[in-house]
Amino acid sequence: MITADLATVLPELLLALAGLGLLMFGVFHKGDATRVVSVLAILAFAAALLVMAKGDTQSITAFNGLFQVDRFTVFSKGLILLAAAFTTAMSVDFLEKEKIGRFEYPVLIVFSTLGMLTMVSAGDFLTLYMGLELQSLPLYVLAAYNRDNQRATEAGLKYFVLGALASGLLLYGISLVYGFAGTTQFSSLTLVLGATEGAAPSMGVIVGMVFILAGLAFKISAVPFHMWTPDVYEGAPTSVTAFFAVTPKIAAFTLLIRVLEGPFGQLGHQWQQVIVVIALLSMFVGSFGALGQNNIKRLLAYSSIGHVGFALVGLAAGTEMGIQGVLVYLAIYLFMNIGAFAIVMLMRRKGVAVEGVDDLAGLSKTHPALAYVMAGVMFSMAGIPPLAGFWGKFYVFMAAVQAGLWTLSIVGLLTSVVSAFYYLRVIKVMFMDEPKGEFDRHIGKPAKLVLVLSTAVIILFSIFPGPLLSSAKVAAQVLFPG
Amino acid sequence: MENWHLLSWTTFLPLVGAALILAIRGDDQAVVARNARNVALLTSVVTFIVSLLIMVVFDPTQGGFQLKETARWMPGFGGAAGIGYAMGVDGISVWFVLLSTFLTPLCILSSVGAVEKRVKEYMVAFLVLETMMVGMFCALDLILFYLFFEAVLIPMYLIIGVWGGARRVYAAYKFFLYTLLGSVLMLVAMLAMYFEAGTTDIPSLMLHTFPIHLQTWLWLAFFASFAVKVPMWPVHTWLPDAHVEAPTAGSVILAGVLLKMGAYGFIRFSIPMLPVASADFTPLIYTLFIVAVIYTSLVALVQEDMKKLIAYSSIAHMGYVTAGLFSANPQGVEGALFQMLSHGVVSAALFLCVGVVYDRMHTREIARYGGLVDRMPRYALVFMIFTMASVGLPGTAGFVGEFLVLMGLFQSNTWVSAFAATGLVLGCTYMLYLYRRVIFGKLEREDLFSILDINAREIAIFAPLIAVTIWIGVYPSTVLGPMHASVDKLLHDYQAAQAAAHNLSIADR
Repeated sequence: MITADLATVLPELLLALAGLGLLMFGVFHKGDATRVVSVLAILAFAAALLVMAKGDTQSITAFNGLFQVDRFTVFSKGLILLAAAFTTAMSVDFLEKEKIGRFEYPVLIVFSTLGMLTMVSAGDFLTLYMGLELQSLPLYVLAAYNRDNQRATEAGLKYFVLGALASGLLLYGISLVYGFAGTTQFSSLTLVLGATEGAAPSMGVIVGMVFILAGLAFKISAVPFHMWTPDVYEGAPTSVTAFFAVTPKIAAFTLLIRVLEGPFGQLGHQWQQVIVVIALLSMFVGSFGALGQNNIKRLLAYSSIGHVGFALVGLAAGTEMGIQGVLVYLAIYLFMNIGAFAIVMLMRRKGVAVEGVDDLAGLSKTHPALAYVMAGVMFSMAGIPPLAGFWGKFYVFMAAVQAGLWTLSIVGLLTSVVSAFYYLRVIKVMFMDEPKGEFDRHIGKPAKLVLVLSTAVIILFSIFPGPLLSSAKVAAQVLFPG
Repeated sequence: MENWHLLSWTTFLPLVGAALILAIRGDDQAVVARNARNVALLTSVVTFIVSLLIMVVFDPTQGGFQLKETARWMPGFGGAAGIGYAMGVDGISVWFVLLSTFLTPLCILSSVGAVEKRVKEYMVAFLVLETMMVGMFCALDLILFYLFFEAVLIPMYLIIGVWGGARRVYAAYKFFLYTLLGSVLMLVAMLAMYFEAGTTDIPSLMLHTFPIHLQTWLWLAFFASFAVKVPMWPVHTWLPDAHVEAPTAGSVILAGVLLKMGAYGFIRFSIPMLPVASADFTPLIYTLFIVAVIYTSLVALVQEDMKKLIAYSSIAHMGYVTAGLFSANPQGVEGALFQMLSHGVVSAALFLCVGVVYDRMHTREIARYGGLVDRMPRYALVFMIFTMASVGLPGTAGFVGEFLVLMGLFQSNTWVSAFAATGLVLGCTYMLYLYRRVIFGKLEREDLFSILDINAREIAIFAPLIAVTIWIGVYPSTVLGPMHASVDKLLHDYQAAQAAAHNLSIADR
């Protein structure tokens, strides 16, 4: 029994051991071990990915229902591991150039990723909470990683205080649900809440659910729990921001889907209204907030708030097609952000990182290749066909239209026009303004590789979204048995 | 030749050229520019020849879609077959494919001397634009159509924004955002159509009868997109800006093809798929048309910038197109389609005429010119031919379209045709006024004393345009003939849908 359980958590075990091993290795290694540990961490991610891909894809629960593995978790874990590997690869050169390279960095990322994998596979609110905290604590440290920098420490502190508050909300929600439903296990909750079908669900459960929702909304930085995002994105070192922008969002988002469609699936009418409102607000803030930003990291922060809003549209639909749309959206979001941040990290003049949108001026003349990739990413984020970002939006709004959420779809698409303005601004600055001076020529191999890969994937998704669509469909079907 | 995938070749051949241009490397900028230009020209000419083969294979007696190509693309969505890659042309769209492939080489040729910076990128943008335009006219799948329709924005945004005039950035933004705003509403409507009909296949959607209350909403959503693109008053304000700021070739494509996309949308989607709503909203179209034709003509009259004047005249001329389409009788619809083609050629030529003097003097202000006939007799002749075509002189392309539209409108609503005729008079006024101020009068400005007449390259650009203008003006059957069957089918289905809706409403009572 115990071996079967352990086999289920093999990827997580692998990462945990790798994290511990790398920590020891770093401590006893003479000299700077950042590069070696980073490479080893990437290998660990790849190994976990392989183990997972080779493993059973049937739905399995382990540890008495605390932990579950199915196609849905495999899909999102795949994304998380890819994102973690990419961001680690990107950051090696960046950290060295910023002179903040320390071997703890990749180790912290490994532990945080381990937390994410755990929370995605959670079959119980306790596992969920444990995973969530395991991913959050390294993130707090990472935000303040550049400890001599005032902005970074401020970002870390802000993130920690607000994150702790969100965890508090989440815990309070969980305890309420436990108090009123008598269980914290997802599968039993489904049964308990399903039994009251027809009758109004208990108010305590609903309040608890809303608290849980609020806690998770903080993690995906959905409005009105988004306040930390721009500040933390701006303050944290860019490599950390890249990690923040992608990996925890995907993890928390899939967790949100799991919780809402799983244990709270019966309360669809209750949570749908909340999600609709959050989605609308996020799209609004995401598009209007970014209009006045001149720091590219803040701009991307607002853009990510907007993207979360769009992805929430699919969740609001609450159908299989909607969830499929969200998963497609998240996958495309991942590669777009990786591409964008890889370029932001290369924005350095004479060894100093610059972050203004204006600093990109004339990039099409000084670094044409970078400018084209960035333009592609921006058009894609704006959702202009035929680029991949369009398919992301297309499928979530398709689900919303199918579910009859007319206001949400129309207002959402209109805000996407507003957001197109600031994406276009980045392109305008790169292509239509005169250069302000060149960026440093040196582009490290890892950054090059990441850029090429993410561009290739974006192009692939643009022209042949078929494979992505079908794997997302398979993953989404798990949540809608029968 | 049915299985030669002619449409796909025509669509994607320019992309091959674009890829070749991207591969051009070199240290000498001038050589790179020349090579890029030559490759682009060659590609677009070959594309035009391939598109002529379409005409050879095309069977004008059939009303349906021909040269169909289908391929599975995205299984699982959009009905059993999925969102497919489906191409095909009928007697309506085939002409616009030709128009696009015809104008692109001329645009590329016209940019010699006019565009000196970043020639490589410019050529790539134009070839990508050609792919998107042709693809849009060939698409037989709703989503594929939307893809091409929207993707046009990307190259055009860059063309206006990078190679445009002083206020290029403002114009580029305005163009992009205006069009996108309309299009997202269309996207919602397309999704709604898919869920209603269960397919994204355009021919199947044409056969589907949409519930009347839904038709109204869908029609309005499509209208939001197409009205901006046409453009119709009052959402036309992006056009003068875009035209003025775009480089000459950009204006040519904008006026020649991009404006036709909106009207094409009306005849491909609004009228056949939503016939009842189209009939209900015809008064709205007529009203906007009357306002547009009178208002924009008057505005054109007072313009001081040559391009702006022609831009406003485009709005008026495109007004005839929309009005003609919604008159829903053979004369009106065929007239509108003819007008689209003739406007495509004539307004493109007019912008090229402006480009000729702009390249020499670097100003478009009308007051800076005058008496050009003394120095540029050949130019004066070319400009006159197109001015006459624009005001609708019999024997030129402009006449046939306007005449047929007026005839169609007269059958539908006498008052509207009366206003339309007034618009024609106003159209004469501003065009002749423009011509007089630029070409005639005394050659007073010193810098004009040394201006040179059009050269061989420019003659090579204008010659095919003049030939087409006169040919289809004298013998319009060349164009109208292959159109008949498709237009008849369209109108037959349209009338049948009206009758069915009428019977339904009687039955309800």
